[in-house]
Amino acid sequence: MAENKTISPEEVAHMAALSRLSVSAEEQALFARQFGDILGYMDVLAQVDTENVEPLYSPAQHAAPGREDQAVNRRTRQEVLANAPEQDGEYFIVPRIV
Amino acid sequence: MTDICSLSLTAVATALQKKELSAAETTAACLERMAATEPEIAAMLTVDADGARSRAAELDRQGPDPALPLWGVPVTLKDALSTKGLATTAGSRILEGFTPIYDAFVVEKLRAAGAVILGKANLDEFAMGSGTENSAYKKTRNPWNTAKTPGGSSGGSAASVAAGQCFASLGSDTGGSIRQPASLCGCVGIKPTYGRVSRYGLIAYGSSLDQIGPLARSVEDCARVLTVIAGHDPRDATSDPRPVQDYAAALTRCDLKGVRLGLPREFFKDGLTPEVRAACDAALQKARDQGAELVEVSLPHTDAAIATYYIIAMAEASSNLARFDGVRYGRRAANVKNLEELYVKSRSEGFGQEVKRRIMLGAYVLSSGYYDAYYRKAAQVRRLIRDEYLAALELCDALCAPVSPVTAWDLGSHTADPLQMYLMDAYTLSLNLSGLPGLALPAGLGRESGMPVGLQLIGKAFEEADLLSIGHALERALPHIGRPQI
Repeated sequence: MAENKTISPEEVAHMAALSRLSVSAEEQALFARQFGDILGYMDVLAQVDTENVEPLYSPAQHAAPGREDQAVNRRTRQEVLANAPEQDGEYFIVPRIV
Repeated sequence: MTDICSLSLTAVATALQKKELSAAETTAACLERMAATEPEIAAMLTVDADGARSRAAELDRQGPDPALPLWGVPVTLKDALSTKGLATTAGSRILEGFTPIYDAFVVEKLRAAGAVILGKANLDEFAMGSGTENSAYKKTRNPWNTAKTPGGSSGGSAASVAAGQCFASLGSDTGGSIRQPASLCGCVGIKPTYGRVSRYGLIAYGSSLDQIGPLARSVEDCARVLTVIAGHDPRDATSDPRPVQDYAAALTRCDLKGVRLGLPREFFKDGLTPEVRAACDAALQKARDQGAELVEVSLPHTDAAIATYYIIAMAEASSNLARFDGVRYGRRAANVKNLEELYVKSRSEGFGQEVKRRIMLGAYVLSSGYYDAYYRKAAQVRRLIRDEYLAALELCDALCAPVSPVTAWDLGSHTADPLQMYLMDAYTLSLNLSGLPGLALPAGLGRESGMPVGLQLIGKAFEEADLLSIGHALERALPHIGRPQI
């Protein structure tokens, strides 16, 4: 197994910020240790020779066909708003932005 | 008549068509079984007893129809599949109270085929886990031994099938989430080829890995359900246009004469517990007795597969789960000052710890400075792994391997160390990386634990008919493991 990596609580905080998550000081310490283990393990990939290997991002075997860019009314406004935590019957409501 | 709930899906569907059973009495029997077993196994998050009864009554009024292959057959669904008008949580607090406004493609297909939907089965939150212990709502127990995990992430589906609450369940498989719980609960489960079944309406985890498939109590039962749910859907751009076969009609093999099974050397090394190895060896001997030729093949990049898989799955998860922002659906935090805080607080309150870990690691491997070393590198290794599988499948009709290195473990015994949990997925996740179909079926019971051991057949892309036919023949040669005493 690969070496453990050292991940600092500050790096964990940065990862949380990228993810729009907040983590408690306690979670920061826990995640720092766990992420060190996990990312250390991931370093096994560094041993694999991938020179001139094209990345494979999807195993799909066909090319997705193009389609006309046509607007379709598949849902009503009411349906789209039905699960919103806050809405006024016309729009989603969010805290004031400007 | 024998206990309805102990029949196979194939038998019950036939009895329903012949009017030997009504849809109402079949549904009532399943609901009764559910009421009796749920206090012990907790497989279900939502039971729609009223909806199921009224659908069954409606079917009885219309009468059986041979064009509807699942007419009156009660089923359950993993709660990651959207059901119009029926709560769908993905096992997460962030979707508490969410009611979809449309059915997933597979749910449309099941309804159109006459199936009766009993309710929604428990899962690891957003399908992230291997024991269903990451559900935010409850811990499902294995019907074979309620101190043990049912596996995961489709653990509620597997437990509901094994306990006889339903005749089949739909699960989703991103890295083994159909095959592993099916194995740990003594069921049959198939992960179809990527693109065979539309993902429309499946709450996404890893979009290049996710595939929906059935869990049931026999290969034939799985084949019947797969025939219904497979097919092209323009609403999923990765849905493949080639026509669907009648997979049940294709189960024509009586034995394994002329079938060449490849045994990946790397899968039978030191990682297996002795009882899993013994059960797999015994099953392979049965395959030989039936005429199969067993050949050794090699998948040299197996050791890199776990890292490759988790980097890709986490990257895709971080992107897919960005949609949960407290604005359009799901949980919304109270008392926030601005939009940024609304996002952060809603997500932090709504997601459990494993989901947070995967989102954060996913954001990390995609972030500037790390993208090439992790995400791009993993995608390159993914191609090597896929090519190696294709080459191995040139040498045989199907690969044969264990599903899980262990039988079901004690609840709570593996939750503290996420990396150790990831390592348990070693035998299943390469198929998701390569997009190939995998069929898990019971090989026997572990001699120490008495718990089911699963064996996996890995087939060529879009050749589910052949894979199921080989599995059907092998199933007939293997000892019946019986049913859990619950």
